[in-house]
Amino acid sequence: MSQILFELLLRSLWETVLMTAASGLISLVFGLPLGLALVMTARGGIAEARRVNIVLGAIINAFRSVPFIILLVALIPVTRLIVGTSIGTWAAIVPLAIAATPYYARIAEVSLREVDRGLVEAVRAMGGNRWTIVREVLIPEALPGLVAGFTVTVVTLIGASAMAGAIGAGGLGDLAIRYGYQRFETAVMVAVVVVLIILVSAIQWLGDRAVDAVDHRG
Amino acid sequence: MNSHMPPSSTASQDQSVVRLRDVKRSFGATAALDGVSLNVQRGEILGIIGRSGAGKSTLIRCLNGLERPDAGTIEIERRDITRLGETDLQPLRRKIGMIFQHFNLLSAKTVEENVALPLKIEGWPRAKRLARAAELLDVVGLTGKADAYPKALSGGQKQRVGIARALAAQPALLLSDEATSALDPETTRSILALLRDINRRLGLTILLITHEMEVVRAIADRVVVLDHGRIVEEGPVWQIFSHPQSDTTRSLLSGVRPQLPAHIAGSLTQATAATVIVAADVGGAAATDFLKDIGRAFPDGLNLIHGGIDHIGSQPVGRFFLSLPSESLSLFLQSAQILGAHVEVLGHVADPV
Repeated sequence: MSQILFELLLRSLWETVLMTAASGLISLVFGLPLGLALVMTARGGIAEARRVNIVLGAIINAFRSVPFIILLVALIPVTRLIVGTSIGTWAAIVPLAIAATPYYARIAEVSLREVDRGLVEAVRAMGGNRWTIVREVLIPEALPGLVAGFTVTVVTLIGASAMAGAIGAGGLGDLAIRYGYQRFETAVMVAVVVVLIILVSAIQWLGDRAVDAVDHRG
Repeated sequence: MNSHMPPSSTASQDQSVVRLRDVKRSFGATAALDGVSLNVQRGEILGIIGRSGAGKSTLIRCLNGLERPDAGTIEIERRDITRLGETDLQPLRRKIGMIFQHFNLLSAKTVEENVALPLKIEGWPRAKRLARAAELLDVVGLTGKADAYPKALSGGQKQRVGIARALAAQPALLLSDEATSALDPETTRSILALLRDINRRLGLTILLITHEMEVVRAIADRVVVLDHGRIVEEGPVWQIFSHPQSDTTRSLLSGVRPQLPAHIAGSLTQATAATVIVAADVGGAAATDFLKDIGRAFPDGLNLIHGGIDHIGSQPVGRFFLSLPSESLSLFLQSAQILGAHVEVLGHVADPV
């Protein structure tokens, strides 16, 4: 492989890591509270509000129904508003984050919902308020699932970021499509796939270790 | 009378930690609580017993406002809590400790963090609450387990942590929701002994719900029998054991009171035969002397075939299965009544037992 291609590979890797990390972080910051809101407002939740729950659920479903490639284009005005441009790596972070947030919200919801209701009850019985329940029970008890779910989200984002090439975001997926697929440069294709496998495996390994570290369940 | 019995007068200068008046709560068409009135006296251990579905859980959850009654009043330390909002209930709940069947320890927190959690909620600084947690772990016999996670503990140890946690905020009342139902008999005994010890040392009022008469018998001063959301019987435990009034109570007692051995029960006939078999229940001081006293009326022909004297708290409770000649039955019944025993004629057998 030529020096140029190697540099291209490195740059693409960096672009992928940047897109994934930034949008992953944003999806965590917004998706976790959304997931909490879903669980808290659900029937029997600690802040039961059926209407809010239904509306939230509907919005999340709507965003999750739109194919990412369409979301990517449809969100161009929003992206321009936030980043100032609608093309490039940073511009891709907006639609990636907007797609990943409802995705992570649902994953977080599942983990949070599985927290033993007896624990919530125990902390209510000792005089804890909702915030205490969130801070001392829901999040710490769901943490292994929240971390594992975040790993899944990040790996999914790596896949989705390949489509971001459509708006000139670069990244490994884009490299593979342009050089490997469109120009039949099999070596590039293979190199990209190997790098992606290593990247995904590394993220999964880190995620698994993090789950082990926070999991004290029996 | 039982030395643990607090004054029983309802008008007493409020020794009640808890007062319930005609509390009702339904779920759909089923009434979980159908007009329950009861007092819990300061310093006593009150056992509430019933089969599953009798309304015990609803009752205990009403006491700290986890469940709201449809009607009636619930006073905790003379304060009506039925109309309090969630925010006003929170400080009140801090003064009511609760332990659970499945312990409900937070798996992500260490033992000391679990014990210190009520104090964290009260806003204690970290060093102070951990020091208090260490003291409490001493009380429940878990010194050295402070840094362990709950998953490393046995069931009995988990419940000890649960008890330490419930005591952390110095509650006026401890609620126990089937706290020993998930434990083996030996561990159950040690947990009940710990609760008894805490009750004596700290004067802590304990209300426990259970479906096991063995638990009531081991530690309760007084018992309330609940059936279909109603109180069917209540009184000092030894009295309930010696003279159960309701069928529910008798059935709950069947496992812990002596029963006529099956081979004898099987040979009983209702038609009069030579020998009659009776069960005599006698509680209190009269129990100790019962056999001697009744024996005087029967210089020959009165056999103790099963049963004996048991002690509940400090009170002797006797349950005697006797066989005697059928022709002496009326004399026996008269004598037994004078001696304060309750007699049930179980049936006849042809040959003397």
